[in-house]
Amino acid sequence: MSDIEVIGAAAQDSGPLVRLEGLRVSFGRSVDDRRVVDGVSFELHRGRCLAIVGESGSGKSVTARTLVGLTGRRASLAVDRFEFAGRDVSRHGDRDWRKIRGRDIGFVSQDALVSLDQLRPVGKEIDEAARVHRVGGTKAERHARVVELLDQVGVPDPELKARQLPHELSGGQRQRALIASALALDPQLIIADEPTTALDVTVQAQVLELLEAARDRGKALIIISHDLAVVSRMADEVLVMRDGEVVERGVADEVFRNPQHEYTQRLLDAVPSAHSRGARLSPGEPSRISAVRAVPDPAVAPADPSVPLLEATGLVKSFRGPDRVVRTVVQDVSFALGVGETLGVVGESGSGKSTTARIALALETPDRGEVLLGGQPWSALSEKERRPRRNEISVIYQDPLSSFDPRWPVERIVEDSIGADVQGAAARRARVEELLDQVGLPRAFRRRRPLELSGGQRQRVAIARAIAPRPRVIVCDEPVSALDVSIQAQVLDLLGDLRDELGVSYLFISHDLGVVHHISDRVLVMSEGLAVEHGEADDVLLRPRHEYTKRLVAAVPRLRHEPVREARVA
Amino acid sequence: MSTTVDALAAVGTATPDRRRRLVGRAGRRLLGAVGVLWAAATVTFLLQALMPGDRARLIINQTAGTMTSPTAEQRAAVNATYHLDDSLFSQYLHYIGGLAHGDLGTSYFQHQEVTKIIGDQIGATIVLTLVSLVLAWAIALTVTVLAAGRDNVFSRLASGFQIVSAAVPQYWVGTILLVVFSIQLGIFPVESGSGISGLVLPAITLALPVAGFLGQVSQDEFTRLLDQPFVTSSRTRGASDLGVRIRHVLRHAALPGVTLSGWALGFLFSGAVIVETVFARPGIGGVLVGAATSRDIPLVTGIVIVSAAVYVVANLLVDVAYTIIDPRLKDA
Amino acid sequence: MSTANPSFDEAPGRSRGHRLSVARAYLRSVPIGVQLATVVLIVFLIAAIAPGLLQTHDAYRTDLLSGLKAPSGSHLFGTDQSGRDVFSRVVAGTRQSLQIGLGATGVALVIGLLLGVAAGLGGRWTDGTVSRFIDVLFSFPTLFLALLLVSIFGAGITTTIVAVGVGTSPGYARMVRGQFITVRRAGYVEAARAVGHTRSRIVRQHIFPNAIRPLVAIFTLGVGQSIAFASGLAYLGLGVAPPSPEWGALLDAGRQYVTEAWWLELMPGAAIVLFALSVTVVGRHVQERLEGNVKVEDA
Repeated sequence: MSDIEVIGAAAQDSGPLVRLEGLRVSFGRSVDDRRVVDGVSFELHRGRCLAIVGESGSGKSVTARTLVGLTGRRASLAVDRFEFAGRDVSRHGDRDWRKIRGRDIGFVSQDALVSLDQLRPVGKEIDEAARVHRVGGTKAERHARVVELLDQVGVPDPELKARQLPHELSGGQRQRALIASALALDPQLIIADEPTTALDVTVQAQVLELLEAARDRGKALIIISHDLAVVSRMADEVLVMRDGEVVERGVADEVFRNPQHEYTQRLLDAVPSAHSRGARLSPGEPSRISAVRAVPDPAVAPADPSVPLLEATGLVKSFRGPDRVVRTVVQDVSFALGVGETLGVVGESGSGKSTTARIALALETPDRGEVLLGGQPWSALSEKERRPRRNEISVIYQDPLSSFDPRWPVERIVEDSIGADVQGAAARRARVEELLDQVGLPRAFRRRRPLELSGGQRQRVAIARAIAPRPRVIVCDEPVSALDVSIQAQVLDLLGDLRDELGVSYLFISHDLGVVHHISDRVLVMSEGLAVEHGEADDVLLRPRHEYTKRLVAAVPRLRHEPVREARVA
Repeated sequence: MSTTVDALAAVGTATPDRRRRLVGRAGRRLLGAVGVLWAAATVTFLLQALMPGDRARLIINQTAGTMTSPTAEQRAAVNATYHLDDSLFSQYLHYIGGLAHGDLGTSYFQHQEVTKIIGDQIGATIVLTLVSLVLAWAIALTVTVLAAGRDNVFSRLASGFQIVSAAVPQYWVGTILLVVFSIQLGIFPVESGSGISGLVLPAITLALPVAGFLGQVSQDEFTRLLDQPFVTSSRTRGASDLGVRIRHVLRHAALPGVTLSGWALGFLFSGAVIVETVFARPGIGGVLVGAATSRDIPLVTGIVIVSAAVYVVANLLVDVAYTIIDPRLKDA
Repeated sequence: MSTANPSFDEAPGRSRGHRLSVARAYLRSVPIGVQLATVVLIVFLIAAIAPGLLQTHDAYRTDLLSGLKAPSGSHLFGTDQSGRDVFSRVVAGTRQSLQIGLGATGVALVIGLLLGVAAGLGGRWTDGTVSRFIDVLFSFPTLFLALLLVSIFGAGITTTIVAVGVGTSPGYARMVRGQFITVRRAGYVEAARAVGHTRSRIVRQHIFPNAIRPLVAIFTLGVGQSIAFASGLAYLGLGVAPPSPEWGALLDAGRQYVTEAWWLELMPGAAIVLFALSVTVVGRHVQERLEGNVKVEDA
C-alpha cells in the first residue's frame, strides 16, 4: 500500500484537514541551532487517525504542540507548508492561533491530575473553551452543555461532578473530563498527547474507546504515544520518530506487520510480552558475567532448594492517612519465592503491591502475618538483629535518582553497599569495577555523579548497588516503569542475565503485565490489598480465572501483530 | 470574587459529616491558638524574671530620675505594689490569672493599666499595619502577574526591586521618603499625625520590604507553575497568556504568600514601631520605645503579648483564607 | 569498556597555568553583579581590618567650625554636628557593625541548629514538643523579642548581639527542621537502611551533610539581615549608644538633625544597605551553586 491509497480512502470532503510539510523546530537562536524536530510531513483527513510514535527526545510532543501554535517561547520554527482546513496557518501569530485552539482543534494532554486546574471545579474547565471563545449562549445554557458533555464521555452523576474539584473524581473520570474539555466546542481535529500515560490499564482501555468513538464520528485524530500497543489499536497511519526525524511512515498494518526501518523493528522487538519470554529484547550479546566471575558466591551456594528463600504468610498492613482515617493497604497477602525464581507481583495503582515490597524488605513492619527469609524469622526481628542479614536481600527502585545521595559519585554509591566481607580499599575498589563491568557500565563512570547519567545508566548503577552485597533476593519495585521501551529492554535483559549468572531470585513488582509476563516464572495478582490470583505466569496471564485478572488482561492493549522471535539458544 | 462565592457555596452544601469535621478542625485550631498564647505569655514571664539587679531600686530611681539608694520602706512599698517579693511561682499564677481576665498589669512609670495605655494607642498602629498589608499584596501580585516567566526590562526591574527591598532597612527608606517628599518637596507633613495624608508615606515605607518578599515568593511559585501541564491545557482551549495567568496561575501562586501573611502581619506590626518613629506618627511604637528605654517591664511584656496575639489571630485568618483559595483542604 | 578512560585518572599536579585558566573560566561564569558585590564586600573587609587605609580624616576629631557640612570633595559624606567627617566615622564603625552582625547570626545559628536538629531528628514526641516551642518563639515578631530582651538586660553591644540572635533564631530553627525532615524522607536514606547501615551511620553519612549544605547560603544572607536589625535597634536608641561610630549609633545620633542634615541619616544607612545587598547577592549566588546545576549528559 502507498500513501496515495490512504488519502484516497479517506477523501470525502474538500481535501486533507491538516497538511504539514517539512516542519523544523529548534530551541535556540536560529532554526539550525538545536534541532528537535527535523522535517516532519503528513496529511490528515477527517475520520482518520494518525499516530506519532517515538521515545523521549524524539520530538513527538513538540510536533504536537506546534500543531496548535504552542511550540514554546524559546523555539524557532520553519515549515514549507502548513495548512489547516484549507487555510495557510504557517504565519499565524498567537492571536490567530487562539481563535483556532479549543474551537477547531481540541487538545488532550496526559495525566488529567496535573492537566486540570486543581483549584477549579471540573465544570469550569470544560466550560473554558466556550467562555474564551464567547460562544454557547447564556451561563445556564453553557452549564447545561457541560453536564451534557460529561454525560457523553460517560462520567456518572454529571451534575454533581461538574461542581467538584479534579481530586474528588477518580482517575478515569478525570481523564474523561479532560477529554470532554477538548471536545467542548466540537472541534474538527483532536490531538491527544500521551492521553493514557500514567493511567491504569483498565482506565486506559476506556479512554481509548472514547477517542475511537470521536474518530468514528468523523473527527480527525492525532495520537502521540511512546506505546506501540496503544497506537496499534486505532491508528490508520503511523509516523515513527527518532531524534526529531521521521524514520518510518506508512499504513499502520504495514508498519506493524512488516517494519522497514531497523529502528522500528527494534522498538517492536523491545516490547516485552508473553511471546518474548526467554528471548532477548535488546540487540547485542548477553553481558559476559561468567567470564568475570567463574566461581559462584559462597553466600549464594549453600541454599537448601526445598526451603523458600522468601516466604510471606497472611500479611496485613494499615496506615492512618492525614485525614485520620485508617486504610488497610495490604490485607492477607501470602507468597513464597524459591531459589533462582522470579515472582511477579502485578496490580494497578493502590493495589498494595509497593507496600508488600516494603514489608518484604522489612522497611515496613506488618500489622499481622510474618515474612521469613531463608526459612529464618525476618519481619519479626528487631532492626538490630536484622542488620547483619540485610545483605541477603536488596532492592531496585523505580526512581534511582532519588535513591542516590546527590553528593556521591557512582563509585561511592556502589561501594557503600559492598559488604564487610570485602576488606581493604584496593579490594573494594576492584569489586566496584567488577560490579560496573557486570552491569555494563564503563569504568570511567566511577567518578560521575547521578545527575550526570541518563535514566538507563542510573538504573544500571542501582542494579550494581543491589548486587554488590551478593544478595540472594532482589526486590525490584517498578524498576523499568520510568524508562523508554528500548532502554527498558536493555535493563530487562540485564536483569535476566544476572539471574542466570548469579542465581538470585527476584520479587518483581510492576503494573505492566507485559513486563511481568516476560520476566516472571510465577505471578501474583493484587487488587485493593488482596492477592486475588497466584500461579504460573502463563496460567495466570493467558488463562485467568479470577474476574479481576480477566478484566485486567482483557484491557491490555496489544500489538496487532506480535513480532516473530527466535528463542534464545540456551 | 466569584471564586470566593463558589467556595462559600461549597461550604454551604457540605454534608453534615463534612461540616462536623470542619467544626472539629476549627475547634482544634482555636485551642491550639490559645495554647500558643499561653506558652508565649509563659516564655515572656520567664524571660523578664531573668532581669538582673534590684528591680525595686530601678523603679524608684527611674521614677525619681535620680540615682539614690532608696530606703527599706520605699522598697517595701514598691515590692508590695508589684508583688516583687512573692515566690516566682505565685508571681506567675498572679500574672497568668490577670491575663485570663485581660489584665496585663500596671506600668512602672506611667502608673496606668497597661491595657489602657495600649488600648489608647493601638488603633493607629493597626490601621497602618492593615493598610500596609493590602498595599504590599497589591504591589506583589501586580508585579508577579506582569513579570513572572517573562524576560524583559520590566521583569528585570522587578527582580531587582525584590532583592533591594528585602535588603533595605525600613528606617532608611522612610528617611529618604521623608527627606524627599516632606522636607524637600513638602507634599506630605513632616510629622504624620493621624490624618490620611500622614498615612501615605508610612504605609509605603512599611509595605515595601513585605511587598518585595511576598513578590519574590509568589513569583518563584508563579514561574514554576507556568510550566505546569494545566497551564498548557488551558492555553490549548484558546485562553490568552494573560487570561491563564489571572484565571489559573495567580490563585495557585498566591498560596505560599498567603501562608506567609500571618508572619508578614507580625513583621508589619513590629516594623510599624520603627516607621512610627521615623515619621513621628502616633501609635504603639512610641510607647514601646519609651517603655524599653525606661525598662518598664510590664508595659513592654504587655505589648509583646499583644503582638503575639495579633500573630496568632492573623494565622487563624490565614487558615480561613487558605481554605477559601484552596478548597481541596476542606476534606483534609 | 574494560580499559579506564585516561582522563579519569587525573594527573597529579597540573600546571599552574592550567589552574589559572580554570580560575579565569570560573570567573567568567560568575555574573557581573556577583563580581561587583564581591568587590564591595572586600572593601568592607578592609574597612573592618585596617580602617586607616580608607579614612580621609580622624574619625573622632571634632571641628566645631565646620559642623553639619553637606557632602563635598573634602568630606565625601559631609560632617556631623561636631564637625567630624562622616565618611571616616562610617569606616571606623565597620568593624563593630560587622562583629555585631556575625555575632548575632552566630547566636541565631547555634539556637536554630540545636532546636532544629532536635526537632528534625527526634522522634514524634520530641519533634512535637520542640516544634511547638519554635511556634511560640515565632509568634513574637523579631524586633519585639529583641526589644523585650533589651528592656530586661539594658541596652548595649552584648544585649544587641543576643537580642538580634535570639530574635532571628526561630526562623533558622524552622528552616533547619524542615531541611532535616525532607532529607530524612529522601529515597537514599531508605536505600541506606535497606543496605543495613546503622542509624548513626546514616545520620552522619547522609542526613547531616545533605541537610546542612543549603544552610551555608542562608547563613551568608543572615549576616546582612542581622546588621539591619541591629542598626534598627540602635536607630531606636536601644542599641549601641552614640559616641560610638557603629552604623546604628550614627543613625541614632543623626536622627534629630534629619530636617537640616539628611546626610547624617542617609550615608550610614547607605553603608548598611550596600553591605546587606552585596551579602544577599553573593549569598544567592552561593545558594544557586550549591543547589547544583549540573548538565545532564545523555548517553
